[in-house]
Amino acid sequence: MLRVNGHAYSFRAPVGRSLAEVLRDDLGLTGTKIACGEGHCGACTVQLDGMPVLSCITLVHTVREREVTTIEGLRDHPLVEAFVRTDALQCGFCTPGQIVSAAALVDATPAPTRDEIRHGMAGNLCRCGAYPRIEEAISTWQG
Amino acid sequence: MARLIKSEKEVEGRYEEVWTLVEEDALDQWPAGPGDVVGRDATRLDGLVKARGEARYTADIRLPGMLQAALLRSPYAHARVARIDLTRAAAAPGVLGVVGPGEVWGVSEEIGFEGSAVAAVAAETEAQARAAVELIDVDWEELEPLLDADEAVARGSLVAETRRYERGDLEQGLAQADAVVESEYRTQTLNHNPLETHGCVCEWRGDAIDVYISTQYIWGLRRDLAENLGLPADKVRVVCEFMGGGFGAKNGLGNYVVLAAELAKRTKRPVRCALGRREENVVGGNRNATRQRVTAAARADGTLTALAGEFTCALGWEGWLPPTAGPTQLLYACDNVRTVEHGAKLNLPPMAAFRAPGFVEGTWSLECVLDKLAAALDLDPLELRKLNYAHSDPMDGRPFSSKNLMECYRRAEPHWARRHEVRARSDEVWKRGMGLASQSWYGGGGPPSYAWVRLGSDGRANVVTAMQDIGTGTRTAMAQIAAEELGLLLEQVEVQIGDSARGPFASISGGSSTLPSMGPAVRSAAADAARQVLELAAQRFDREQRLLSLKGGRVVSSDGGSWPIDEITGLLDDGQILGKGARGPNPTGMRVLTFGIQLAEVAVDVGTGEVVVERVIAIHDVGRVINPLGARSQVEGGIIQALGHTFSEHRLDDPETGAVLTKTLDAYKLPTIADVPEIVCDFVDEPDAHLTNLGSKGLGEPPIVPTAAAIANAIRDATGADVTSLPITREEILRALREAAERRREPVAAGTP
Repeated sequence: MLRVNGHAYSFRAPVGRSLAEVLRDDLGLTGTKIACGEGHCGACTVQLDGMPVLSCITLVHTVREREVTTIEGLRDHPLVEAFVRTDALQCGFCTPGQIVSAAALVDATPAPTRDEIRHGMAGNLCRCGAYPRIEEAISTWQG
Repeated sequence: MARLIKSEKEVEGRYEEVWTLVEEDALDQWPAGPGDVVGRDATRLDGLVKARGEARYTADIRLPGMLQAALLRSPYAHARVARIDLTRAAAAPGVLGVVGPGEVWGVSEEIGFEGSAVAAVAAETEAQARAAVELIDVDWEELEPLLDADEAVARGSLVAETRRYERGDLEQGLAQADAVVESEYRTQTLNHNPLETHGCVCEWRGDAIDVYISTQYIWGLRRDLAENLGLPADKVRVVCEFMGGGFGAKNGLGNYVVLAAELAKRTKRPVRCALGRREENVVGGNRNATRQRVTAAARADGTLTALAGEFTCALGWEGWLPPTAGPTQLLYACDNVRTVEHGAKLNLPPMAAFRAPGFVEGTWSLECVLDKLAAALDLDPLELRKLNYAHSDPMDGRPFSSKNLMECYRRAEPHWARRHEVRARSDEVWKRGMGLASQSWYGGGGPPSYAWVRLGSDGRANVVTAMQDIGTGTRTAMAQIAAEELGLLLEQVEVQIGDSARGPFASISGGSSTLPSMGPAVRSAAADAARQVLELAAQRFDREQRLLSLKGGRVVSSDGGSWPIDEITGLLDDGQILGKGARGPNPTGMRVLTFGIQLAEVAVDVGTGEVVVERVIAIHDVGRVINPLGARSQVEGGIIQALGHTFSEHRLDDPETGAVLTKTLDAYKLPTIADVPEIVCDFVDEPDAHLTNLGSKGLGEPPIVPTAAAIANAIRDATGADVTSLPITREEILRALREAAERRREPVAAGTP
């Protein structure tokens, strides 16, 4: 059993299968992206009980009863609107991971400083270089 | 009326004379400055679906019965497959198809570089496919790899013929000079690393094939795959609704596509083939390393008398020779110029176009050596650039279609004036300074490109064209252009792109050509639809058509009176107004280029060699800016990618074996949010009066061109140290600081320049 975005899913997966693979391939939740598959880029970020984790290097069997929150569960988060308003995305491939990380950051620190944003978001790579806008989106997410 | 013209076609600085079908472009440009929609900030049309994780990328395509392919790639840089046995792999669990060397294009027994494809397997799951690849039994015959570019040039191992260019008399130019500076510069191999790796899904439908692929050029892929498969082009449908970046790496057809098509044919199932990140960092394409020996000479008053360069490009096993000498040939008025460009063929993975290929590398050396020259002459670097301003094409005297680089320089002055203040903030440890570098690049686009506009009874417009959005905000810019022409709100326009079966031919998303190629076609299609609306309005409201125009969602008559547009379109019921548009020709006899200048402020720790870039100011001239919000994002993104090129990114190859050592994003270091300085953007925003019905040029590439040189010049300004190699590591800074200290100790011998 896997709890994702408030829903319970039953799944069968061999030992060694990653949370990202189960989300994308078994549950069809393709909002979570895999860009490196080895925990270096942050594109696959999801939350486990509110903590950001790299789902591509999280074995699905280690999740147990923890609640998984993916971008699909954060679609109405004000950060989504803030990312669009500030143009904090270009190709958009890293964006779900950015927003999941940012949501965890603002949950813990609703008004993060520039340094807190840079520290909290340094694990999410954006090859298009939307970083200044991502910083702006997170600084202004409450409107 | 359509006609055939013989014209120069440019992509990424490669020119060829071709017959081109063009249609006349009779529309006058809009006045300069913001319109109702164009020239105003617009958030992305597809922003929400991307941010909500709803956008379906190629990596997200899941077709019923889809198999996964995996490739056997050579671990050796130079080798032959002496024997290969696929039987164990073919019998492995889940495996339904195998392809061996020589069976399709690009899969061979002759290994020219690490990662060369040798065989492929399709299986029910990716894990099964990869496990099966391990069971392929191969005897490799290892061969000696050729890895040094200078050695390759000396031996005549070249991908392309050496390119020579000369104007004037270089020796005479050197003899006339009061100062001559020579220097050698190097640039490293760089990987594109789009976050979505190369990938496709192929599915046969009878004798036709659907290809879902992350590509920068739907139509080029359709043409090349059709040719490869021996099919008529209309039997190949190419779909790319969203793509996770490309930067030049996804311009063309790759062997992974041909393999997926072949495996799909053999297994009668859809087949997905995508590169893993480690494969991407080997065979995904790269910006080739260079070694550049350059000379710049000038009279005491700063007039350039000679520019010369010998550029050796380490292209790898295949590729093409990028215009590394381009900046030296084009950026300044100089009578005597000689350049030589070599393209070394090596046992290394092939290069690919990477955001302003050639110009990024060539601008680095030219703009650095120019600052050395300014120092030798005791001239201000900005003044030196103004003094040698090219008012017409320095290669052939053609006028520029537009050039506002002097205005960029003028806008740079107040920033540049702060350099004394910046330097004064230095202390014992941190030395501060400012540097600048000019930029030129292509970016004018060209025909052909087509668009349709469909107007429904609700007064909403749909732009339809089979182009792709690489991530620059193409959809949004096209919608703005259509809305402006039709007098609609941006919200009343949808854009349908990304499918070769759904719309007319559209150009490549490369060479900064998307906007200048597609934008005018979209405007022309919207104008065609608008004309039809006005024809109907003239009949319906009994007015002369010449009095009518569309504005703010209304039909407006110049003699008073206006009506909501849906009073006309509402009469259509299920009927539609169909507008058709094409990109007109480029201006004949003119050179179309983009221009700009960037300034960098840095702080250098002279003890450790640490560099902090505190601010980058970017002033660019790309004609009319359609979406200032998106344009600023392009500039910031280009500069941030350039920061990676300048400091952290470096593909390392084993000098003995030719194996790529930096295959992961742990080893190949991309910039992070914590590396970003303050970035100030400014656009001249003056429409190019000679270029199309828009006057817009492309902006994808220009911002990445001058950054590294501006930073190096700032480091020299701060410390006196000449860095010459990219990336600028701490070791390179410390080396340059030691060299500068020695130079200060040894007085320059009399008579030497």
